[in-house]
Amino acid sequence: MENLNITTKICGVKLNNPTVLASGILGVTASSLIKVAKKGAGAVTTKSIGLKERKGSRGPILLEFRGGLINAVGLSNPGIEESLKEINLFKSKSKIPIIASIFAPTKKEFGQVAKKVSEAGPDFIEVNISCPNVESEFGKPFAKDIKLAAKVTEEVKKNTKIPVIVKLSPNVDDIKSLALAVESAGADCISAINTVGPGMIIDIKTAKPVLSNKVGGVSGPAIKPIAVRCIFDIYEAVKIPIIGIGGILTGQDAIEMIMAGASAIGIGSAVYYRGIDVFKKICQEIRKFMKENNYENLEQMIGKAHG
Amino acid sequence: MNKLDRPITLPIEDIIEEAQDIKSFVFRHKFNAKPGQFILLWIPNVNEKPFGVSYQDKEKFMITVCKVGKATEVLHKMKKGDLVGIRGPYGTNFELEGKNIVLVGGGYGTAPLFFLANQTKKRNVNVDFIIGAKSEKFLIFRDKIRKLKIKLHITTDDGTCGEKCFTTDVLEKLLNQKKIDIVYGCGPELMLKKLVDICKVKNIPSQISLERYIKCGMGICGQCCVDPLGLRMCKEGPVISGKVACKIFEFGKYKRDASGKKINI
Ligand SMILES: Cc1cc2nc3c(=O)[nH]c(=O)nc-3n(C[C@H](O)[C@H](O)[C@H](O)COP(=O)(O)OP(=O)(O)OC[C@H]3O[C@@H](n4cnc5c(N)ncnc54)[C@H](O)[C@@H]3O)c2cc1C
Ligand SMILES: Cc1cc2nc3c(=O)[nH]c(=O)nc-3n(C[C@H](O)[C@H](O)[C@H](O)COP(=O)(O)O)c2cc1C
Ligand code: FES
Repeated sequence: MENLNITTKICGVKLNNPTVLASGILGVTASSLIKVAKKGAGAVTTKSIGLKERKGSRGPILLEFRGGLINAVGLSNPGIEESLKEINLFKSKSKIPIIASIFAPTKKEFGQVAKKVSEAGPDFIEVNISCPNVESEFGKPFAKDIKLAAKVTEEVKKNTKIPVIVKLSPNVDDIKSLALAVESAGADCISAINTVGPGMIIDIKTAKPVLSNKVGGVSGPAIKPIAVRCIFDIYEAVKIPIIGIGGILTGQDAIEMIMAGASAIGIGSAVYYRGIDVFKKICQEIRKFMKENNYENLEQMIGKAHG
Repeated sequence: MNKLDRPITLPIEDIIEEAQDIKSFVFRHKFNAKPGQFILLWIPNVNEKPFGVSYQDKEKFMITVCKVGKATEVLHKMKKGDLVGIRGPYGTNFELEGKNIVLVGGGYGTAPLFFLANQTKKRNVNVDFIIGAKSEKFLIFRDKIRKLKIKLHITTDDGTCGEKCFTTDVLEKLLNQKKIDIVYGCGPELMLKKLVDICKVKNIPSQISLERYIKCGMGICGQCCVDPLGLRMCKEGPVISGKVACKIFEFGKYKRDASGKKINI
């Protein structure tokens, strides 16, 4: 089974396996990312990085419900200078590709963060234009406006030579047009989906929303069918590779996403459901499926659900 | 349900003034925490913060909270019957090992160790409990510990009660006097560092509770990870062995705040 080829390629960068740690999960420090890399991830993504330090929302910031998780971390990060040190440290200790996720409140600042983060030489920059948790502060996510999404993509591309992944939101009317617009604006890759919603959980004894931010993004098993549909649609619209994220817990889930059109798959909430070993587990399950169904490599399965 | 990852709302059953700025809050709820584990306490409209369980029986459990900032201040103003949310228990726990043990509690760190001390009642274990505080008025649990009929040693920085020295000074003396199998510590980080160093020199196992900034408690957000091992203090901690603590190079040096920025200890 070990000789089955589960390597994949994104914009010329080789991943030992298709599992990618999604942004915002165990991505605050290099130490934590190194641990995830050692546990078998094919690539890791940092927590989204902004120009200035942010403490994020007050607690509770993450809750479980029957079917998934809901979070409103509030884009906490130590600011660009501290984040650069963590990326550099990761690169000095691990050979696994690292994706630097960035966010900003304006198009111009997206450019500045992209330029600055490039100094640390991550393998990719992922542009988070799709966080649904900071709407009250930042206004609606850029991903909700096709023209703005394209402009942000252009601005980031102007400021870096590193391959750019644009992370899309499922909370839009027409994800195909959105994907096409960011591809035309120069995106090298698309990742999708960010969290769904926002959603809300109310405590009925106190009659109060539980998340301090009141609303939060929904992730985990509940959102998988939405994520699979989004990847399916995006695959039809664009030629650039796709990282499929959303509700993937098992190797079967991963293959479903790959068949919808993903070249790699993001793992977030599954760390909660199956532990940090989830990367290895998913790879084993992918191999098992491939063996039982006579696949030799991932390429044979990418986009297979089309046509 | 064994574990809760979203708060259940409970009224505060009782409030006990333990010392200046330190109060215990009792809840009527069958909880299954182990000593050293913590809960996340949700104060509606305010915040959610981690606290160690300090007592537990078949129908009640208790936390003991020191007033240090916004959330703890609000909690200290709350009254019996007020509603708060509880989730957990989270993290690793102290494991009772050996026949002759020492517990070292600094400040509110005495609280989770009292829970551990309670569990020695049923077993044949010799316990020395060292508690310390800046001054007598901040000392907690003296009477509760005495009732357990275990040896209590008290230290204060200003000598207003017990010996005028640090808890770790008494620990060193005890380790020189008799055979001790294991040392447990909870309290200020510099005290814990000293404790671990002393035990390392004497080749005695230790277990300590290391506090890091907790956000999710569920092992997801990564806020509580320590350098360079990447261990999550909400999952693989807060209770760690002295051996592991020695491999954590930030231990006793720095920790991270809510943004992830390093701050010196
Ligand atoms: C595993 C664990 C167990 C704890 N057990 C107890 C206990 O039994 N009794 C007790 O009084 N305190 C305990 N604490 C500390 C307690 O969580 C903080 O005192 C409390 O969060 C302060 O909140 P605040 O809003 O009042 O203060 P703030 O003004 O927000 O902060 C004051 C200081 O408290 C600490 N702190 C604040 N927020 C957090 C957080 N989310 N996670 C960790 N530390 C924080 C920081 O060092 C900060 O500088 C424990 C902490 C941890 C990590
Ligand atoms: C606690 C938490 C924090 C997150 N933070 C970020 C973030 O900072 N940036 C980002 O682009 N996505 C963030 N996400 C979204 C995830 O990267 C992912 O897109 C989403 O959770 C769906 O995948 P999953 O179902 O596998 O979790 C976060 C998700 C969670 C659960
Ligand atoms: S507090 Fe979120 S991972 Fe530990």
